[in-house]
Amino acid sequence: MVTSATSLGRSGLHDWIIQRITAVVLAAYVIYFLGFIFSAEVIEFSVWKHLFSQVWFKVFSLLALASIVFHAWIGMWIVSTDYIKPTGIRLVFQAFVILFCFACLIWGAQILWGV
Amino acid sequence: MKMKFSIYRYNPDTDTKPRMQDYELEVEEGSDMMVLDALLALKEQDSTLAFRRSCREGVCGSDGLNMNGKNGLACITPLSALKGNTVVIRPLPGLPVIRDLVVDMAQFYRQYEKVRPYLINNDEPPAREHLQSPEDRSKLDGLYECILCACCSTSCPSFWWNPDKFVGPSGLLQAYRFLIDSRDTETQSRLADLDDAYSVFRCRGIMNCVDVCPKGLNPTQAIGHIRSMLLKQGV
Repeated sequence: MVTSATSLGRSGLHDWIIQRITAVVLAAYVIYFLGFIFSAEVIEFSVWKHLFSQVWFKVFSLLALASIVFHAWIGMWIVSTDYIKPTGIRLVFQAFVILFCFACLIWGAQILWGV
Repeated sequence: MKMKFSIYRYNPDTDTKPRMQDYELEVEEGSDMMVLDALLALKEQDSTLAFRRSCREGVCGSDGLNMNGKNGLACITPLSALKGNTVVIRPLPGLPVIRDLVVDMAQFYRQYEKVRPYLINNDEPPAREHLQSPEDRSKLDGLYECILCACCSTSCPSFWWNPDKFVGPSGLLQAYRFLIDSRDTETQSRLADLDDAYSVFRCRGIMNCVDVCPKGLNPTQAIGHIRSMLLKQGV
């Protein structure tokens, strides 16, 4: 049994299931978003503002953003454990990815609730 | 008809690095031969050429090689199945080369050992034998036939990058063979051993293993079943 200190879930199953669920959320968000763009008669500032000022869409967007963050964390962790062999560089890379993901999440939340 | 061969050569005693050596072999027009027979004929030309072989009929799994970029058993791969003017033969990828086409299989066997590839039954021993219904027995079909030739694991990039942590398609096929065996009582601890980020879950489902298996087995499907078993337990 290999313990993984920097992966999101500590078990393979945990990571695997998170990646599948976040993928479903992202697919739903993209489909809704494309549907919105193609069904809207005009797309201008007021339409965007109206869309993003609804609480349910803010929650949906934040959920999608969190899904990207978790999906990316797991994905990049897997890529780094495949291709980056020196432990030091791997740890720095993983730490950077995790911190960057969290920064994006905080920044995104601030933008969404700023509308 | 003259056939050209380009064969990977490396002798650690005399060579500083591996090289490809060209050979030519006279093959009778309209005839076909297996790659292993061609290698044996080439060994008569050059006795220093080293490779493993034993049963010469696809049962022992000794002569797993990379032929024209695809892993397979030399003894059951006809020359006619290999396209191109030159047949390029290399050792199985990803494993350390001992000499020429002979690779060190230790890492592959270590992963095999890890899955405890033997029946464990902690119940009171029966008077004669552990009986199994024909239905339960049929669950082992497509699993027990593995001959451990390593063609699948050495064609798997996940095994190339993490051969010490990812069990690999061959080992996982064996793991499932005992997980699904109705006579085995260690299912829970076997599953617990596999639930880390590498052992099973490093499989990305690219199915190279299925593509190359000389016995026509499906390790990807077995891995999927292991995932489902872990999921049922963990949800």
